[in-house]
Amino acid sequence: MSGGLFGAMTGVLGTSFSAPHLDYHALAPEIVLTAVALIVLLVDLFLDESRKFLVNTIAGLGIAATAIPLVTLGLAGDTRSMFNGAYVVDDFSLVLKGVFLIAGYLTLLMASNYLQEGDYHQGEFAFLIVCSLLGMVVMASSRDLITIFVALETLSLPAYLLAGWQKRTSKSNEASVKYYLLGVVASAVMLYGMSLVYGITGETVLTRVSDKLATVQDGKGLAAVGIFLVIVGFAFKVSAVPFHQWAPDTYEGAPTPVTAFLSVASKAAGFVALMELVFVGFFPRSDVWTPIFWVLAALTMTVGNVLALRQTNIVRMLAYSSIAQAGFILVPFAVAGERSSSALSAQQSVVTYLVIYTLMNLGAFTLVIAVARRTRSGEISSYDGLFHYSPALAVAMTVFLFALAGIPPMGGWYAKFSVFKTALEAGGRWSVALAVVAAANAVIGATYYLKVMRSMWMNPAPAAGDKKIDVPSSLKLAIALCAVAVMAIGVLPGLVTRFAEIAHLAQ
Amino acid sequence: MDFNEWVLSLITFLPLVVAALVIALPDEPSQKLIALVGSFVPLGLIIWVLTNYDYSGKGSAVDKDGLQYAVNQSWIPLIKARYHIGIEGIGLPLLALSCLIIPLCIVYSWNHFPEPHNPKAFLALMLILETGMNGTFISQDLILFFVFFELVLLPMYFMIGVWGGPNRQYASLKFFLYTMFGSAFMLLGFLALYFKAGNTFQIHELMANANSMISPSTQRWIFAGLFLGFAIKVPMFPFHTWLPDAHTEAPTQGSVILAAVLLKLGTYGFIKIAIPILPEGAKSWSPVIGALAAVGIIYGALGCLAQTDFKRLIAFSSVAHMGYVMLGISTLTSFGINAAIFGMVAHGFITGMLFFCAGSIKERFHTLEIKRLGGLLKQMPKLGWVLGFASMASLGLPGLAGFWGEFPAILSAYEPHPSLSQSLFRVFMVVAAVGTVFAAGYLLWMYQRTAFGEPKAEWDGHHFDDVHTEEWAAWVPMLLAIVVLGLFPYLLFKITDVPVQSLVEHLNKALGS
Repeated sequence: MSGGLFGAMTGVLGTSFSAPHLDYHALAPEIVLTAVALIVLLVDLFLDESRKFLVNTIAGLGIAATAIPLVTLGLAGDTRSMFNGAYVVDDFSLVLKGVFLIAGYLTLLMASNYLQEGDYHQGEFAFLIVCSLLGMVVMASSRDLITIFVALETLSLPAYLLAGWQKRTSKSNEASVKYYLLGVVASAVMLYGMSLVYGITGETVLTRVSDKLATVQDGKGLAAVGIFLVIVGFAFKVSAVPFHQWAPDTYEGAPTPVTAFLSVASKAAGFVALMELVFVGFFPRSDVWTPIFWVLAALTMTVGNVLALRQTNIVRMLAYSSIAQAGFILVPFAVAGERSSSALSAQQSVVTYLVIYTLMNLGAFTLVIAVARRTRSGEISSYDGLFHYSPALAVAMTVFLFALAGIPPMGGWYAKFSVFKTALEAGGRWSVALAVVAAANAVIGATYYLKVMRSMWMNPAPAAGDKKIDVPSSLKLAIALCAVAVMAIGVLPGLVTRFAEIAHLAQ
Repeated sequence: MDFNEWVLSLITFLPLVVAALVIALPDEPSQKLIALVGSFVPLGLIIWVLTNYDYSGKGSAVDKDGLQYAVNQSWIPLIKARYHIGIEGIGLPLLALSCLIIPLCIVYSWNHFPEPHNPKAFLALMLILETGMNGTFISQDLILFFVFFELVLLPMYFMIGVWGGPNRQYASLKFFLYTMFGSAFMLLGFLALYFKAGNTFQIHELMANANSMISPSTQRWIFAGLFLGFAIKVPMFPFHTWLPDAHTEAPTQGSVILAAVLLKLGTYGFIKIAIPILPEGAKSWSPVIGALAAVGIIYGALGCLAQTDFKRLIAFSSVAHMGYVMLGISTLTSFGINAAIFGMVAHGFITGMLFFCAGSIKERFHTLEIKRLGGLLKQMPKLGWVLGFASMASLGLPGLAGFWGEFPAILSAYEPHPSLSQSLFRVFMVVAAVGTVFAAGYLLWMYQRTAFGEPKAEWDGHHFDDVHTEEWAAWVPMLLAIVVLGLFPYLLFKITDVPVQSLVEHLNKALGS
């Protein structure tokens, strides 16, 4: 039938059109996720209120099912390229797709009771999470300016809605509107930058953009402006300083599971896009992006940490902490162009950091949700004496916060270590300077994590309500998964490096 | 499976397993029992190691790196970090010290759990601490060393912060941030070594390569990073300010462990890592280390004289004692380094003992203000004598362990390594010798004020129990050790001398003299 249609079109247009080759195995994760999203939406229509929680279960199972084709593709082990190289399924994309799926699954776990008890729209919530996840999964395979943009919008639009999910709270509304407006501005800036790059190179597929950028002589300056604007656009997405202002308000106002999702999955997707752009598309122009990333990294780490010091609300504190963590992830970008081995090492450490960060930050947010169930508060002071009435929760939170601070044997140390390693491996004056800035920031960061620790362990419990917090099983599962993973990675970092080693982009 | 390959891993990780058991068990008596029994197993194992150890360092049990009971397994392949453990004469005494101190602290804790009680968590933290300390002394890989070195931080932070005195939050934060600051730069130093000296974290490979592959000026920079990490841990003047706070606020057991073992992680790091891997860097930094050590000796002594709190006084005396250890190390001679290791062990027993006394006094009087104490010998003669004994040992009385740490360290500065300035070190020697006079002064004065004379009027009508059984049980091994090491210093020197000799030979070769 299609033959007939194409035949007719050829007849009309007088040119030949060959259908693009579709590798259904390679696209299976995306196809399954799309199906899950639609099923969730449909099932939600036919469930009465008391059974809405099933929607979450279905979405969770669906995400787990999406992992199956990832595994089969990983076992097949070959690189599959489609649409003239615009869409590539290789080890890099598989590993990051896996990270996104884990983040999405954990988000659903932590959201299930939160939504049920808060009387939110569960079905739509799960639907939007899965849609956003679809965008991220696509992002991991994008090797083309336009595909990247489409993936970014696919993952961002549901996120704008999710941020405003508590529609009757003004803070949630503020969160959504701020996020939306700044997100759109960022997209516009980025798109303008992309158009400049396209104007100079005449290409959208990143490998060819790279080839052209390496050789083109006319418009070198304009290309630099384009690269700058694209990076600035993504700096908004990953909330790098000075483009971070939306993040604390959005994170505080949004429902906590959404905040967790934004600060982990959405941020990771931004970094994945940056990796694709920097390590493939713009790689020959390291003279342009190295200083940009240097400044972004140093500022983001320092400002994020310093502002986090002053926070009294734990979600805001974690928001600034996640800004500071993003600064650490930016360090490898700033040193990637220094010598031939740096790019590979930088990619490894970014992937390592993203994997570990996903687990420890989601763990911390799950704890916040669990504790807030009882205290109904996001103030750090509401953690007073947690160790004395809910020791297990306090120990789990300790694991996550020390992981974020980078103290062995919690997993975070290896993330920071690999960033230091990349910077010193590059070995230039500026790289070493950035490593020193990062080391100093690791200490500043510890200060505010210790503030929570102090409250949990050393302050007396409030007189009223020092009974054990009752934690629903889905939250328990999420906390246990994250805590075990974080500890295991801390003791055996090989669990992550095994993936980080294969997850690099072909230039 | 060969037991020889397992014994060190068992010594290190068994406490962790016991800690998990303690957490899992429901009631307090069984928790205490399992902790006690569990902590004695590593002690038994280390005694087995000590009896089977090849002290000549030449037999078939010694591998090519001079290690015994070594294991070398893959750990993080990507960065070539390995699970490489083993023991030689530098780490062995400290490992044994750590294996002994923890069971003694558990014995002491039996009925003395500090507020807010919670024996389960307290015991578990002590055992986790043991894993960290033991692991540090057997690591032969820098990353493994780093992980254990940092692992120590967490339990001590909680011990001070949860079970400590009124100012515990400030003290624990200061302790944590200081140490972390140092170790962040230490880690950068390790990485620099990795990239400059043939992509390896193995201490012995680095010892073989680093000096020839890294230029002296770069060595000085890398040494600076390691120096920051280790000197804060020691702590050396001027990085010592966390120590008096941590000691004063920590619960007794925390103070004992901190003084007996934790401070040694820093000095051990210098002997085991910084100096052998970077001889040129060590040569350039030695005068600085020696000078800071000399200043620390005097400063610590003056600090002692100014204290009104008993525990704070002992803390400052620690600063002074670690000054002697660092002075010995900075001479880069086998005499000095042997003395330093002896000093570490002696200080572990003696200052640990003093902190035990302080804890027992505090428990009875609920104060450690020297003004309010007095006439201890009348109130509690046994405790008074024990305190007197420990004070005498601390001021370096010949015949007790303290002497062999202090005296040779001072002497070693008379003739430092040939590449160092002799006249400068002789100045340090004089300063350090003056320091011993101060030490006698502040310790005797302290003892006079607390033990002699009549008890203060405010305690009239109070009855104080003299030393309890569990206190004796914890103290007798330490008191014995102080006497035995004082009378037979050779027992310890014969362990340390072989590796120290080969270390100095290595230095001589590297420094071309």
